Amino acid sequence: MKHTISVLVENEFGVLSRISGLFSGRGFNIESLSVAPTLEPNVSRMTLVTRGDDRILEQISKQLNKLISTIKVIDFTGDEYVERELALIKVTAEAESRAEALRIVDIFRAKVVDVTPRSYTIEITGAPGKVDALLELLRPMGIKEVVRSGPVVIGRGSKAVAG
Amino acid sequence: MVLTGSQILLESFQKEGVDTIFGYPGGAVINIYDDIFDSPIEHILTRHEQAAVHAADGYARCTGKVGVVIATSGPGATNTVTGIATAYMDSIPMVIVTGQVPTQLIGNDAFQEADMCGITRPCTKHNFLVQDIRDLARTIKEAFYIARTGRPGPVLIDLPKDIQVAKYKFKYPETVNLRGYKPTYAGNSRQIDKAAKMFLEAKRPVLYVGGGTNLSAANEQLLRLAEMTQAPVTTTLMAMSAFPQRHPLALGMLGMHGTFYANMSVTECDLLIAVGARFDDRVTGRIDSFAQKAKVIHIDIDPTTIKKNVAVDLPIVGDLKDVLGRLCDKLAEKEEALQKLVETTGDWRVTIEEWKSSHPMTYQTSGSVIKPQFVIEKICELTADDAIITTEVGQHQMWTAQFFQFSQPRTFLTSGGLGTMGFGLPAALGAQVAFPGRQVIDISGDGSFQMNSQELATLVQYRLPVKIAILNNNFLGMVRQWQQMFFDRRYSQTCMELPIDFIKLADAYGATGLQATKVDEVEKVVQQALETPGPVLMEFKVAREENVLPMVPAGKGIHEMVLAS
Repeated sequence: MKHTISVLVENEFGVLSRISGLFSGRGFNIESLSVAPTLEPNVSRMTLVTRGDDRILEQISKQLNKLISTIKVIDFTGDEYVERELALIKVTAEAESRAEALRIVDIFRAKVVDVTPRSYTIEITGAPGKVDALLELLRPMGIKEVVRSGPVVIGRGSKAVAG
Repeated sequence: MVLTGSQILLESFQKEGVDTIFGYPGGAVINIYDDIFDSPIEHILTRHEQAAVHAADGYARCTGKVGVVIATSGPGATNTVTGIATAYMDSIPMVIVTGQVPTQLIGNDAFQEADMCGITRPCTKHNFLVQDIRDLARTIKEAFYIARTGRPGPVLIDLPKDIQVAKYKFKYPETVNLRGYKPTYAGNSRQIDKAAKMFLEAKRPVLYVGGGTNLSAANEQLLRLAEMTQAPVTTTLMAMSAFPQRHPLALGMLGMHGTFYANMSVTECDLLIAVGARFDDRVTGRIDSFAQKAKVIHIDIDPTTIKKNVAVDLPIVGDLKDVLGRLCDKLAEKEEALQKLVETTGDWRVTIEEWKSSHPMTYQTSGSVIKPQFVIEKICELTADDAIITTEVGQHQMWTAQFFQFSQPRTFLTSGGLGTMGFGLPAALGAQVAFPGRQVIDISGDGSFQMNSQELATLVQYRLPVKIAILNNNFLGMVRQWQQMFFDRRYSQTCMELPIDFIKLADAYGATGLQATKVDEVEKVVQQALETPGPVLMEFKVAREENVLPMVPAGKGIHEMVLAS
């Protein structure tokens, strides 16, 4: 089962390698990882997507907590949360397909952020499923390049995670 | 007080109560060594950085204090890695300081540069690269705190050369505040109550005890719990000295080379209380046939060990000393139920006694050739109760666990988790430094001994009277045993064909060498070694193809043992 986990860590030397090394060293799966500082400049927040059964997820959570640099681990699975990913997509757009590309961009409330006579670069934000759907529709036109940020998540409601 | 980085390091060590450093100098730590010249802290110069780490490890294992190591950058630092990994697997508190190239050269492939934080990340509890002299004292404080608290472990401080010479006002912090590190010491009261209830309802309980018991110094609490409940106690390799092996409730070691009665008890029990143990694969054998009839209570300070390998019915996270102590108190309150427990479990103890007498821990004795087990029995017989025994890794290690009757905590120092050959001699060295007056004996094989035999020089230089017993079969015996049993006796690269003259080797270093080739010489040699001042190397020419039995073949359940005939 897929799990999305937020990890608050000390924003210090080598912390990213501690987390990624933990996953590779223990054979845990890691599908995506995004990292940036929080409101507190010495705290970073990582959002990572992983897969595994309950036993593995319990180990992942415990092992992350065991790292000295880890301040807090939140597994959002089972909770209400907002999940968003950013993708930049460079798609072939020539003659007949230019209008079709724009229509699709419009339907998805995406944006064209760079234009050339032969291509559009499209920016989309949404749940990963929405990004997948857009890519599916653009595929026949010829996708030249895709950059995805990996999802970030935040819990719903007024309660917040400090940091 | 304004001090240089290296002065801050040594001053901080003193604040932490460090009396001995094990180490080896080099270019990137030359400033530290210049200050060691004037420091009251004793420095032991080993002949290899790996040995320095094992020595500090041995020192830590027998004292419970933090072992301290200094090594230079690059090769000096990488030589420490096996020692660090050994300590990490067995949860030994250590602080290792490695020199590093100056901060402005880091990442440039400078001379003797190695990324030690990268290399040791998976085998340290935590590590630090000090990048600013202002962080140094706090880093050292945190390193010692992390090493000795919670589940102990090695912590590495990588210290660039320019930080060692930089100057800063020295003030050692009084407190540590790590928001990401708050180990749980007190066990949850409700869980402890539940454990007491489960215990009182058991008909066939077994205490499965691991190295955590020594680390937490919970030996008294364990003994009290076992005696008040009359529950039998099986110990892992790491815990052979955690519970007196001559005690009527002692079942000896369990697992791959465990006793018949320990393995059968675990297989048949209805309540398994795991105490500071981690269900290692060498203990459990085939996991889906391990303790299948039992409810499992798992007590450990490290939550990650719980439910890692086996399902657990009742987890208790906490320090053993606290949890076992309170569990005993809880049980003591219920005098009647406790009485009943002792009565209802009487049959269980009878069954175990039957197993003990039908399949005792034994071996085929011989009058013509020295049996390695016989040597270990003799050493056990002739040494003091508080003698510290270290081993290397292999057959001799298993025989020591099987045939040495340990009675005092922290008297058996062996590399359990990593299984590091070459551990025993330097570990004995460290133990002898810690306890100059006690008997310290390294029980070794001819293969393992040669992995750190250079430490004979250190023993002689510091007049450390360590006794070394080499059980020489001219084989890498444990691998040979596997080849015999599972590879059709194809002894690929396990025969040490060159016969070493160990007596001459001892002589070359200025140690005493003694040899026994006949059965009736064994006792004499051990006796003479113990009476001879200074380091002594004993060589016993033992039966070449003796096997460690019982043995659970890989992939089998621990009740499916190959037994001694």
